[in-house]
Amino acid sequence: MTENTTIPVLPVLIAKDFASDQEPKWCPGCGDHAVLQQIKNVLPELGIAPENIVFVSGIGCSSRLPYYLATYGVHGIHGRALPMATGLKVSRPDLSVWVGTGDGDALSIGGNHFIHTLRRNPDLNVVLFNNEIYGLTKGQYSPTSKIGLRTVTSPSGVIDQPFNTAALTIGSGGSFFARAFDRDGKFLRSILKRAALHKGTSLVEIYQNCPIFNNGAFEAFATADNKANNTVYLEQSKPLVFAKGKRGIWLDGFQPIVVDLDKEGISSSDLWIHDETDINKASILAHFADDHADSEESLPRPFGVFYAKERITYEDALTAQIDDAQKNGIGTFEELLKGDQSYVIK
Amino acid sequence: MTDTKLTTKQVNVTSKTSVSVLFAGDSGDGMQLTGTQFANTVATHGTELNTFPNFPSEIRAPAGTIAGVSGFQLQFSSKPVYTPGARFDVMVAMNSAALKANLKDLHRGGIIIAGTEGFDEKNLKLAGYPPGVNPLEDGSLSNYILFPVPILQLTREALKESGLSSKEIDRCKNMFVLGLLYWLYTLPLEGTFETLRAKFQKNVHMAEANIRAVKAGYFFGDETELFANLGRFDIAPQKQHGTYRRVTGNEACAIALTAASKKAGLKLFLGSYPITPATEILQTLAKKKKYGVKTFQAEDEIAGIVSSIGAAYGGALAATNTSGPGLALKTEALGLAVILELPLVVINVQRGGPSTGLPTKPEQSDLFMAMYGRHGEAPLPVIAACSPVDCFYCTYEAARIAVEHMTPVICLTDGYLALSSEPWKVESPDNLPDITPHFHAPRQPEDPPYLPYKRDDRQVRAWAIPGTKGLEHRIGGLEKQNETGNVSHDPENHELMTKLRAQKINQIADTLPLQTIDNGPTKGDLLVLGWGSSYGAIKTAVEQAIEKGYSVAHAHLRYIHPFPKNLGEILSNYKKILIPELNNGQLIHIIRDTFLIAPEGFTKIQGVPFNEMEILIKITDIIKELQS
Repeated sequence: MTENTTIPVLPVLIAKDFASDQEPKWCPGCGDHAVLQQIKNVLPELGIAPENIVFVSGIGCSSRLPYYLATYGVHGIHGRALPMATGLKVSRPDLSVWVGTGDGDALSIGGNHFIHTLRRNPDLNVVLFNNEIYGLTKGQYSPTSKIGLRTVTSPSGVIDQPFNTAALTIGSGGSFFARAFDRDGKFLRSILKRAALHKGTSLVEIYQNCPIFNNGAFEAFATADNKANNTVYLEQSKPLVFAKGKRGIWLDGFQPIVVDLDKEGISSSDLWIHDETDINKASILAHFADDHADSEESLPRPFGVFYAKERITYEDALTAQIDDAQKNGIGTFEELLKGDQSYVIK
Repeated sequence: MTDTKLTTKQVNVTSKTSVSVLFAGDSGDGMQLTGTQFANTVATHGTELNTFPNFPSEIRAPAGTIAGVSGFQLQFSSKPVYTPGARFDVMVAMNSAALKANLKDLHRGGIIIAGTEGFDEKNLKLAGYPPGVNPLEDGSLSNYILFPVPILQLTREALKESGLSSKEIDRCKNMFVLGLLYWLYTLPLEGTFETLRAKFQKNVHMAEANIRAVKAGYFFGDETELFANLGRFDIAPQKQHGTYRRVTGNEACAIALTAASKKAGLKLFLGSYPITPATEILQTLAKKKKYGVKTFQAEDEIAGIVSSIGAAYGGALAATNTSGPGLALKTEALGLAVILELPLVVINVQRGGPSTGLPTKPEQSDLFMAMYGRHGEAPLPVIAACSPVDCFYCTYEAARIAVEHMTPVICLTDGYLALSSEPWKVESPDNLPDITPHFHAPRQPEDPPYLPYKRDDRQVRAWAIPGTKGLEHRIGGLEKQNETGNVSHDPENHELMTKLRAQKINQIADTLPLQTIDNGPTKGDLLVLGWGSSYGAIKTAVEQAIEKGYSVAHAHLRYIHPFPKNLGEILSNYKKILIPELNNGQLIHIIRDTFLIAPEGFTKIQGVPFNEMEILIKITDIIKELQS
């Protein structure tokens, strides 16, 4: 940066500046509308000009996302949003690249790309709409559907163990995982902003209700009572407390245990203190979801940033190698054509 | 290194125009290295050259067996050569399996240099010779000039004081062979010494031992009585003066992509997944970081092409390379590139199929897949390279068409071109055609709305890349409304868009050079119409047929879709059309379909290239039939 560099003044944009001229075609009541709204709310806060933002998607209801945003957008093929976004980001590190994907797109047909993208860590913001169902193809079970769910392709109930998105992300070497909920707009907005600011692949899993084919899949966390008793909101350096401050999580070795704060003489300072840079704790948090919220002792479902630890991004590592290769000058066209083993015939 | 010029005995040196040599041995014998080094030496000496490595798909097939035989064939000559030779004049056989596997392709009267240690009881058994039979001793090779040489023993003697382990010494035996062949063809040694010193920079002992083995082979030729009657040979260098490099087809593809990116002023991005025999393109480009090249080794073939589409969307010269099974995996994404109308270069190095097929062997059997292998109506340009050096020009042309016409382009090569090499007179950047991307300019709010699918008179849309103010737009795989690009399911619109996309590809023919006749009369009895790597064999066969006085011409197709505009007229100028292909007949279908004519096919599906003799015999048969 030279002294004369002036920072361009961006016009002040608001959410509706990021709305495209296309009317969303999602069903009335679909959680996707709420997610779209929060994305539109967050984008003006980032200070990035719309022409420098690209939304990439695969196939599925959620993958229609780019059409409704007044940024650049490309809607690809089923499961392949992540490699498309990677290719774009690697060749254009200057762009803010977002991915809209769903549980089928990211975890089933695109499962391979999911794990490899996370380990490479390009700077992408991945918004994974998890509705635990295939919506666009009308109600088949997905890789996150709960065991026993009856759908058109599982008339006797699902028998596949569902993917645990958080565990899969952390296990794949992901540098950021957060969970949010379509109904909690304010919280979702804060999480999306965190994801945008994280340099590396940010994976945000959003529990998103499909009112048509899987209505109420997240009801256990939805009503005020359910939310209080069955969810825990993670805050950095704060104890894991839920049920309106009455209960907390105590870590016994590697074993998380639900404790009543008033009954057992345990104060909140004895509780598990959230540390989003601790991968071991993040792994334990990821497995809270294995516990189904059906009893007093059940672990609550965590929401918020489970894990966030920056490490070098793929595109930065590649750029560094290129810079190193060019430290004595960029290869010339003549040099390229001549090669290093040419010979002269006289 | 004056000592290498000392020859103590006066041996006859005979001049020859050209020689085809095969180095064959077990895949652990270092035959590829030997062949490559020999090729480098003859190339820098200034002779014309064509090489063909032929090796098994296993890294180390069982030692001593036919399956494990690795060969490197080359022809070097005082005049232009287009093939490694239909048959070879000299065969180096390091073991009995190498001899058995290749004897059928040795000229009658040809020279065999056999490493006797590879013909012991164990090796003979592994090669499948009956007990007690040794071809070196039973007179069965009396139609050839046989030189049994205890290569291993002589190497051990030469290197006994080298300080190398016995295993390391034994591995130098290929250098002994190399030295012996240098002696036989009166070739200089210095280049090889330089190469060895550079290669073993950190291991001087190893470099010196290898050099000593080369010298030992050379002096053996000189000192032994074995070659007294045969003498030595000299193939006079004839190449025009200038600066040359030797390239394989795969290297040429990689250089071309980089060159195209330089010419177009674009960044090069290659998304790729390793696959035989296409991997060297990725490997070569991974080493081109100095030129700003970005390579991405993806998790699979699909991510390879899709990452490239992402890069193309961002304004890069994007490419992917693969071979048949990989192209099959990429077909859905190719359809996406077609409907997005983004530039993309797809290099498909064909190999024997279907399925895993013959991974290391060439075939021309992906033409149908390149032409039609997508769902929906998804036409795209298909072009084919005809020689290792042409892989450069063809790939460069693919990039030019892709960028200037906003379309994916498939460039077909094959395992033969990919691994074969030729000398290439170093090209000047100024001689390469311009590549002009048509980026859409930024737009002000008061300007008319931006229309992503508005076309020019060639039906080409402009490239609107992220970062360009005022062009924010959304496109995807869904059918789009004409001009606006908005999602549309309108019936008439889909038909219109399908036809516009096809018309765009067809109109490329307006800008392509017309088809030429490579050799022979512009009207006559027979036209041999080829494509791809069979160029050399067809060219040589047609040359010989013309020498015999036949009315035969050769045309070789580079542009397969769309065809050059004058192709139909050319085809009408001959009584008969012959189409040789390394497949079960694919181009012939397309020609029949397009021009409603009845050409004659000539196919070979053996995982090896045509040789000129096969084609010459076919030409002769047809000419005789026409004359009767």
